[in-house]
Amino acid sequence: MRSKFSIFDRWLWQMAWRDSRKTRGRLILFTSSIILGIAALVAINSFRQNLNRDINRQAKEILGADLVLSNTRPVDDSVQLFLDSIGGTVVHERSFASMVFFPKTSETRLVQVRALGGDFPFYGNLETTPENASRHFRENRNALVDNGLLLQFDSKPGDSIKVGNQTFYIEASLEKAPGQNGIAAIAAAPVYIPLRYLESTGLEQKGSRIRYRYYLKLADDTDVEALAEEVKPRLRKDGWQVSTVESTKRGLGNAFENLTKFLNLVAFVALLLGCVGVASAVHIYVKEKLGTVAILRCLGLKGAQAFIIYLIQIVVMGFLGSLIGSLIGTLVQTALPEVLKDFLPIEITFGISWIAILEGIGTGLFISILFALSPLLTIRKVSPLYTLRASFEKHEAKRDLLRWFIYLLIVLFIYGFSYLQMGKWLDALFFCLALGISFLLLLGVGRLIMWLVRKYFPVSWNFVWRQSLANLYRPHNQTLILIVSVGLGTALITTLYFVQSLLLQQVSLSSVGNQPNMVVFDIQSAQKDEIGNLTKTFGLPVIQEVPVVTMRLMEINGKAREEIEKDSTNQTPRWAFNREYRVTYREQLIDSEKSIEGEWKGKVEEGVEVVPISLDEGYAEGMKVEIGDTLTFNVQGAIIKTKVGHLRDIEWNRVQTNFLVLFPTGVLESAPQFHVLMTRVSDPTASAKFQRTLVQSFPNVSIIDLGLILSTIDEILDKVSFVIRFMALFSIVTGFFVLFSSVVLSKFQRIQESVLLRTIGANRKHIVFITSLEYFFLGSLGAATGIILSLLSSWALAYFSFESTFVPNPLPMVVVYVVITTLTVLIGVLNSREVLNKPPLEVLRKEV
Amino acid sequence: MSNILSVQNLSKTYKSGNRELTVLDDVNFTIKEGDTFSIVGPSGSGKTTLLGLCAGLDRASSGSVVLNNIVLDKLTEDERAYVRNQYVGFIFQNFQLIPTLTALENVMVPLELRGERNVKKQSLQLLERVGLGDRHHHYPAQLSGGEQQRVSLARAFSNNPKILFADEPTGNLDEETSEKVEKLIFDLNRESGTTLVLVTHDLELAERTNRIIRLRGGKVVSDEPVQV
Repeated sequence: MRSKFSIFDRWLWQMAWRDSRKTRGRLILFTSSIILGIAALVAINSFRQNLNRDINRQAKEILGADLVLSNTRPVDDSVQLFLDSIGGTVVHERSFASMVFFPKTSETRLVQVRALGGDFPFYGNLETTPENASRHFRENRNALVDNGLLLQFDSKPGDSIKVGNQTFYIEASLEKAPGQNGIAAIAAAPVYIPLRYLESTGLEQKGSRIRYRYYLKLADDTDVEALAEEVKPRLRKDGWQVSTVESTKRGLGNAFENLTKFLNLVAFVALLLGCVGVASAVHIYVKEKLGTVAILRCLGLKGAQAFIIYLIQIVVMGFLGSLIGSLIGTLVQTALPEVLKDFLPIEITFGISWIAILEGIGTGLFISILFALSPLLTIRKVSPLYTLRASFEKHEAKRDLLRWFIYLLIVLFIYGFSYLQMGKWLDALFFCLALGISFLLLLGVGRLIMWLVRKYFPVSWNFVWRQSLANLYRPHNQTLILIVSVGLGTALITTLYFVQSLLLQQVSLSSVGNQPNMVVFDIQSAQKDEIGNLTKTFGLPVIQEVPVVTMRLMEINGKAREEIEKDSTNQTPRWAFNREYRVTYREQLIDSEKSIEGEWKGKVEEGVEVVPISLDEGYAEGMKVEIGDTLTFNVQGAIIKTKVGHLRDIEWNRVQTNFLVLFPTGVLESAPQFHVLMTRVSDPTASAKFQRTLVQSFPNVSIIDLGLILSTIDEILDKVSFVIRFMALFSIVTGFFVLFSSVVLSKFQRIQESVLLRTIGANRKHIVFITSLEYFFLGSLGAATGIILSLLSSWALAYFSFESTFVPNPLPMVVVYVVITTLTVLIGVLNSREVLNKPPLEVLRKEV
Repeated sequence: MSNILSVQNLSKTYKSGNRELTVLDDVNFTIKEGDTFSIVGPSGSGKTTLLGLCAGLDRASSGSVVLNNIVLDKLTEDERAYVRNQYVGFIFQNFQLIPTLTALENVMVPLELRGERNVKKQSLQLLERVGLGDRHHHYPAQLSGGEQQRVSLARAFSNNPKILFADEPTGNLDEETSEKVEKLIFDLNRESGTTLVLVTHDLELAERTNRIIRLRGGKVVSDEPVQV
């Protein structure tokens, strides 16, 4: 007797092989469910590896220089001294948002003007059409204009563009700037002009929001990183940002780490859906094998040996499925650079990542085993008595502690994987909870339907209807598995759609009522009244007019950044000191603000030592500051000490100027500032006319109209949702595979019954009708529950994440419902064609 | 001759909802090594349950079963599997061949389970003995009912069992085939000196054994030797 045995026992492998003979097709179906999930994971991880490699290779071209210094003010003497002392070549650039005017179409548009003072980039190229224009456009009054802008305004090289008071000749269309991706180009389309013509545009004035950049090319033997580390503390104190090739690599690496983690999470959903498929397929498979196991048990096979025989089959199929998935994933990764091209600042090259492939095979094997274990455990407990009477079989599942241990492992695995991708235990917990609730809800609906149909069975209906309805609850029914797999797939697809609509809707909603839909900014103090009057002459209301002062945070409670960063217990986020604060001052709170804590003192006497200010509640929470804490700001050279005296709740999702930090009047009136005016324009023609007049009279002002915001967001969301849809495709196709395998496997459950019906006289029509109706009920219930789930999850996202109201659009719900239900019925009917077209005996002999 | 099977005060009760159903009630008998023995009775009298308990396929509610001097009641399921593999052979009414294994592989399984090697030759000989040497590579679905039962017979004798349990071995076969299978059972039994326990409601078949136990309502109503 084989008293000692293990998974390596040759005979067990031999038996596993023999036993699988007539069921290999079905075993392949198990693994088909995980193939695409693994493919998605491998594709993303391979892509990540290639991306990291290419970032390392191309980091110099992304930065375009060895060292870049940037700030919102020009160099002072000490920085100039530093620049002079380190040698090498320096190119100066000033960039700012501004309106430009296209004479050809008489249209205006807000762009990012970049005035370049030298031959930049030092590494890589400003890609243009015609080529090499970047090297000589500065010789005359020429501009390089973003390709998308030219297309939008029907312009081309040779036409002209007006920036401020100056007209430039469009030398070339700009295809790509160093480090710039497609999304950035949409949000702030770049227009390059020579720096020496900046003054003539009249756009560089006191209070203008200009970013100054200094690109440095250093001698080859310079240790740039060491140099940067040495000068960083001093430069940072004055608000300078210092970028090197290494810091760019790190920054990009982190950014794309987040992107790939998010994509991995979407792939994980596909994988989980596949796991549901594996579990259900193994469950059905094991049921069919009970007879064989009982015979083997009669002949002396131990429970554990029987278990190992089927475990071996799952291991082998899981391995093959993972291998195929990894191969597909390796091929799919070639498509990812194209899918993600608008987000990538670099060219991605193809490379096979063996690590990603090994990870994929490992993950696939692990989840195949994990999710197959629970149904497989039944095999250990199969009684040999089953050979004598099937009804003698005992079900001991409920008392099986090992089964509960496996459930725990599954939960831990899902949580662990989510945590790895999200990095936050609470987020991972919510993700798992959402998945768990979805799963339980779908199971609940399935059970409820089975109970309801059985309880209120329509005995008076005709045979065909009764037969198909009874199939929903009779032994070997597919109700639970199909409702769960169809429901989860549908929920995922529909939620993705709803979230995209929600984001767009949130912006669109701002345009209703009397809310402003146009923002005019960069207004100089001297222009404020004139622009107000011009607005009124166009019959437009001045809804809001606010001054904006830019400043930086120097100290919190008397402690400077360096001191705070040294303190390991400190929780102040890094961004508190990095960001530039745009602040306003006024006496009263406005409609969108609500007092939360403290008292708002809207006016202070001139010369007050500590100014009481108001902070946005969420911002104060993020900064870890409370009422009574002191904040010291540097207002373009002047140091102002403030105390948090008041906290406000701000409705951010309104089109109006909202400020994290609010000063009382009496302090900032004489600080360098610009003004923002908000109005409401009724139609696009009036809007274009007003913008044209405004830009021609006041070239320095910038205008954002809601139409532009909407179209920009729409365009960006379109690109984002394309990526999400691409990833969701894996879930959808996996859902299809799970659906397909569930339906195919259910054929083996139903085949004897259908053959029997055929034998006793049922015709093709009867069988087709019974099958169609059964799958219609299943598909339709699964799809409907999935849609309800997506409504719940979209509502939760709208309420908790976007703080908005979710108004679902019924049309996509109907489309999804019809498509999913039809697909389920089609697969079901196509699967029964063998029963329909062949003589009953032939089918029975083949399927035994 | 010593006893190969001893059944004492054997009862089996099933719970069905709140009701208790007694299928076997205080059954007692012993069987000597090499004997042939039938259990007969109408449907529902507890024949198959008794066979299952005697063969160690199930546990009794009370009483004990001693097979080849091994008390089965205290053994775990895996220990009983060991006993079955070493000492017991089975023939079922519905043959119970493994559908994914060929005829030869089905016969080889009990020997392979013992860890024996080179069992192909021995199994082929058994198949030839039952007249299916040329069909050894066929799957059960490719064989007729009588052929399947003959493979089942070959399998049952493959591990040289001390006792053979046969549950309605000819119940699914026509008269002619039944006769052939019956003859094979008794011939093989005689050749190998195996004890035979037969469950049947076919009195003619039962009378070919040495002794008949009659069951009714779970109780032994008679236990008599067969008059030749």
